[in-house]
Amino acid sequence: MKTTSLLLLATALTASVANAADITGTVKLSGTPPEERPIKPLKDDVACGKLVSEVPTTKFYVTGPNKELADVVVMLKGVTGKSTGASAKPAVLDQKGCLYVPQILAIQTGQKLVVKNSDPALHNVHANPTADKNSSANAGKLNRAQMAGGPDLDFTFPAAENFLKFQCDVHPWMFAWVTVVDSPYFAVTDKDGKFTIKDVPPGKYTVTALHRKAALTGVDKEVEVKEDGATVDFTLEVK
Amino acid sequence: MSAATQRHQTWLHRFATLTSASTLVLVAIGGLVTSHGVGMAVPDWPTSYGYNMFALPFSIWFTGGVFHEHTHRQWASIVGVLVVILARWLGGERSRKPIMIVGAVELAAGIALRFAGDEWRGAGGFLAGIGGVVLLAGIAWFKNPAAPKPLPAMGWWAFWLVQVQGLLGGLRVVLDAHEVAGIKMGLIFGIFHACLAQAFFVLLCAIALFTSGMWRRFVEQRNSFAAAGEGPGSSNRLQLMILGTTILIFVQLMIGATMRHQHAGLAIWDFPLAHGELWPATDAESIQRYNQQRVEISAVDPITAFHVQLQMIHRLVAVAILVLVSFCCWKVLRQFAGKSVVRRFAIVWAVLIVVQVGLGAWTVLSHKAADIATAHVVVGVLSLATGSSLCIFTARNPVSSPRAAAVSARETAEAAALKQS
Repeated sequence: MKTTSLLLLATALTASVANAADITGTVKLSGTPPEERPIKPLKDDVACGKLVSEVPTTKFYVTGPNKELADVVVMLKGVTGKSTGASAKPAVLDQKGCLYVPQILAIQTGQKLVVKNSDPALHNVHANPTADKNSSANAGKLNRAQMAGGPDLDFTFPAAENFLKFQCDVHPWMFAWVTVVDSPYFAVTDKDGKFTIKDVPPGKYTVTALHRKAALTGVDKEVEVKEDGATVDFTLEVK
Repeated sequence: MSAATQRHQTWLHRFATLTSASTLVLVAIGGLVTSHGVGMAVPDWPTSYGYNMFALPFSIWFTGGVFHEHTHRQWASIVGVLVVILARWLGGERSRKPIMIVGAVELAAGIALRFAGDEWRGAGGFLAGIGGVVLLAGIAWFKNPAAPKPLPAMGWWAFWLVQVQGLLGGLRVVLDAHEVAGIKMGLIFGIFHACLAQAFFVLLCAIALFTSGMWRRFVEQRNSFAAAGEGPGSSNRLQLMILGTTILIFVQLMIGATMRHQHAGLAIWDFPLAHGELWPATDAESIQRYNQQRVEISAVDPITAFHVQLQMIHRLVAVAILVLVSFCCWKVLRQFAGKSVVRRFAIVWAVLIVVQVGLGAWTVLSHKAADIATAHVVVGVLSLATGSSLCIFTARNPVSSPRAAAVSARETAEAAALKQS
């Protein structure tokens, strides 16, 4: 009986994955974003200044020629408990040129996040989760020094959380925001504003687009995923 | 007063002034730590990156924000030693035994903590270090007489406050991530640490004032006026006004400390208007718009309506202080004639407040440049100390109170009798 049930479940899942399709789309920005600011303290820093040829700028609004918006986290809303994070490949957050790379990242609950230091400089990796479960799961590990050439640091977050802030207090302009999703159904827009949420089972969903500035709490759209997938575009407004 | 006593007084005053000046530098370094947002650049305490705080390699010390935070810790240690010596000096021979007892207890407690487990080793070392310094101050000091009242008591206050202040600074780091009722403990301890620093500096300035020749001359003049039943005096209303204004300055510094330790950057980045208006809108849509338009390099967290309102209150209180200090200065200039020290303090106070208002505006217009914001903190604490000194001067002026005049006359008579005998 037990064996039969397992076989049926496996068949159902296989069928579901076989029918699964992608949600694709583009995110654009409307309105005029503020001008980014040069990160002068980075260039002025004795160690970090040597790592960059030009003064880098903040990257709150990374837009393309037609206002395509990068660094937007797009995810299925309300889909929980589907995380495959424990078996997923670890995500990587690097420190390069005294900046976190990438600045916006999305991972699954339970997925290992590896933080590297590619700089010949000391950093301190300071995570600031707001979900209690994420704090307690990383107790004593939330603010750690990482020497130049030091070993990688790893974090795992068991609870979903938007824009979990990573910072370096040694270099107070260094930030990254990691969105933790309780399912594998999410993507981050590229420099062309495009995203692909892969292998979504057919059905009706609410898709949310989150951006640090233009859509902090998210902008929702309804979508129906059929066998050939679905397309949903967003336009986020800056006022 | 004998030449030896005179020399002793002079050196005591110089030492008190040195301690006050060192504390002002400490406030400035602490201001830089907060202005740069690097309070957590050294994530452990009392150790630094696992090292004994006095043995941190220079390669780490001179890295980014570690420089500000670790220098703050080192400088605080110097101030701690100076304050222990000052307390011992002010207390005279009588303070020897209690200081030795405190030192021995702290040393023993520190050593005991080191055996209480690995997590207590650092704290134990820190406490044992303090105890050792205190014990040494008790053992190896001259048998000098105690300073006149209330200086020994003020020394004891400084002695305990500097230790509490060190502890608050440490807890601000160690408990940074802990939350109570949704508020980060790092924020709470940071604000307390900043406010206590201001009060502590005022206490040290008062000690420096009471040990100064300027104060002795003021008291002599006061007593001679009192004996003659005449002389310049401050009205009760003026005394209250100066006291009230000084308290308002302290409240203003508390508001400033709250704004700075929230690391919310600039909630309003234009001046003299605020988001283009006399009073900015704080509804949800407006706050969302401000956040979309904010581009901060370091204080990147979104602002709230509370941040905007707090900055507006800070601006309004600044205007009130400017008006009140100008009025107090004008009244002092009218009531105190000639070369009275009170006049000089009142003028300095007014100048400091004008400079402070300018620095406040510059802080906004420079988008909260760290050096400008820190200068704003330093001039703020100087304004508080100057106001407090004026409170002391005017409160100690007996002419405004018949009872005080009688007490002063009696003191003068007693001093004269003592001199004759």
